[in-house]
Amino acid sequence: MQRKLRILVAKPGLDGHDRGAKIIARALRDAGVEVIYTGLHQTPEMIAEAAIQEDVDAIGLSILSGAHNTLLPAVTRLLHERGGGDIAVFGGGIIPAEDVAYLKTQGVREIFTPGVSVDDIVAWVRDNIQPRRD
Amino acid sequence: MSAHAKEAAAAAAGTDEGAGAPERATRFSTVSDMEIQALYAEDDLRGRSAATDIGRPGEFPYTRGVYPTMYRGRLWTMRQFAGFGSARDTNQRFRFLLAQGQTGLSTAFDMPTLMGYDADHPRALGEVGREGTAVSTIEDVAELFDGIDLGAVTTSMTVNCSASVILAMYFAVAERQGLPLTAIGGTIQNDMLKEFIAQKEWICPPDPSVRIVVDMIEFCAREAPRFHPVSISGYHIREAGSTAVQELAFTLADGIAYVEAARARGLAVDDFAPRLSFFFNVHNDFLEEVAKLRAARRLWARIMRERFGAQHPRSLMLRTHAQTAGYSLTAQQPLNNVVRVTVQALAAVLGGVQSLHTNSMDETLALPSEPAVLVALRTQQIIAEESGVTNTVDPLGGSFAVEALTNRIEAEAEDYIRRIDAMGGMVRAIGLGFPQKEIAEAAYHFQQQLDRAEKVMVGVNKYQLDSESPLEILRIDASVEERQAARVRAFKEGRSQARVRERLTAVRGACRDGENLMPVLIAAVKDGVTLGEVCDVYREQFGVYRDPAWL
Repeated sequence: MQRKLRILVAKPGLDGHDRGAKIIARALRDAGVEVIYTGLHQTPEMIAEAAIQEDVDAIGLSILSGAHNTLLPAVTRLLHERGGGDIAVFGGGIIPAEDVAYLKTQGVREIFTPGVSVDDIVAWVRDNIQPRRD
Repeated sequence: MSAHAKEAAAAAAGTDEGAGAPERATRFSTVSDMEIQALYAEDDLRGRSAATDIGRPGEFPYTRGVYPTMYRGRLWTMRQFAGFGSARDTNQRFRFLLAQGQTGLSTAFDMPTLMGYDADHPRALGEVGREGTAVSTIEDVAELFDGIDLGAVTTSMTVNCSASVILAMYFAVAERQGLPLTAIGGTIQNDMLKEFIAQKEWICPPDPSVRIVVDMIEFCAREAPRFHPVSISGYHIREAGSTAVQELAFTLADGIAYVEAARARGLAVDDFAPRLSFFFNVHNDFLEEVAKLRAARRLWARIMRERFGAQHPRSLMLRTHAQTAGYSLTAQQPLNNVVRVTVQALAAVLGGVQSLHTNSMDETLALPSEPAVLVALRTQQIIAEESGVTNTVDPLGGSFAVEALTNRIEAEAEDYIRRIDAMGGMVRAIGLGFPQKEIAEAAYHFQQQLDRAEKVMVGVNKYQLDSESPLEILRIDASVEERQAARVRAFKEGRSQARVRERLTAVRGACRDGENLMPVLIAAVKDGVTLGEVCDVYREQFGVYRDPAWL
């Protein structure tokens, strides 16, 4: 039997808007995912470190401060450097379309923007994230 | 319900023979999921008195408004929240808004400023000038208000855990303009309790945070009597997902905590309470919002009189700024946001607010562009000068539905306040995670209702379009960060380092011995101490608060 998915939900950067992060964390948990929530104001280093230590399958990043083009690529880079390159990274927030395209070139698998339903995000996780090992 | 009302309700419900269509749903509720009756009538106001509960505008308990003539006397202040990029960029936006007939300024700061980091700090990376304007030094504040007479406009500054430093810089800049502090009017948000509850920008734990707030209340009461040292804010509580009742209850409970803390400092309630101001959200549900604002005034007036023995009428009046609900806006079909904002702004006006920000249609996509801000401001001007609703005071007063909802929201908010009192007050309740968990629960409930299409967001879960043409949005020039960081570094090199060390020692001393921080901070920023340096002292002296990360 496959083990439960483990996902780290994290808030990079300085903004405190955690409504979305908490709703996603709870919806994933209700969908049977094991969720670890970092809390607010995390640096990319803290997030990469937590993901590796907790041995998660994916990281969901929520950001509304406008610093996404700096902080999200920093997370994927640090994961690669520290042996967590196979941890899938997805994100959500107020992120303009052209930045979404850029972030995908930086190793971010998917970006969800305002108005996406929680069910769609959970379905995407179910279809796209597999346990890294049994 | 009276027999007459029952009959009418039955007719409205379609149960009467020969009546109209059956009801469209089995249950009707507000955006906060408060159930709404088919009809309200005399009986729904039973036990309430028109004279003592509704009263007259300008008289206790101020249900119908804080001033007798309301908008016939003076319109609300149209105050658009603005800030992006460098201080110079924002100064230009301010001048544009003033030229377009705006009557007050409102400053948005970027995240490093709001969290107490200078633009050259590693934690500021990627964030400088993005969510507001970047301010690290007194020179940034001087540039922000360059060419604007601070004696002639009132300025609102949305900043909290680093508010003491920003206010010190603002006062120092006003002094440079040759103005005495007694001539300076404005508002600084400085509501730390709602930060722990909802907006989540903090440096140190709740107790020292409240101590700094009280320092500012005390200093302004003594030295800057036209300045509002705190704007007790429900806005962020609502944006984080609370119901209207929770927004009202937690905001007033925060207000109670500040009054208690200031009294514990030895201040007499009537010496500071007239300068407490409020800030509420106005969401889509029109009647609920009008009722919430009316209930807020009545409840606060009673709390101030009965609980704190306030005598001065201005201590009893809940005067408030309002902002339309950012959360209600949609990225899909963004022109529809103009309509949402209009409905919300009308609720704010019929709810009797003193100042209003109307959101721009593009705010789910980015900070607002100039054309979008202009429509938002014009929305207020159209309500004020074309709609006619300002011709009479509290036109919805006496409506059975509005009065019944006002009573109900007031009663439910009082119930929350009693529960918070039983926990030992708001600081304790925050420690227990009570308001945070209540809000998260309400936010999740609303999201589920949206996902099940029980609540409608036009363009999102109903009436979607297959393809849309994107709006032109404001982009922040990436070079702002580099230039701002360089500017801060150069500023730091140009100071007398000995004076800076001396001033920081004084700040440290005031943190430790309880001396009022404001005079010390004003002296410090004049000698070039930066925002980040003061906040580093706070971190060192008071410790850093960590998010409990409840789910």
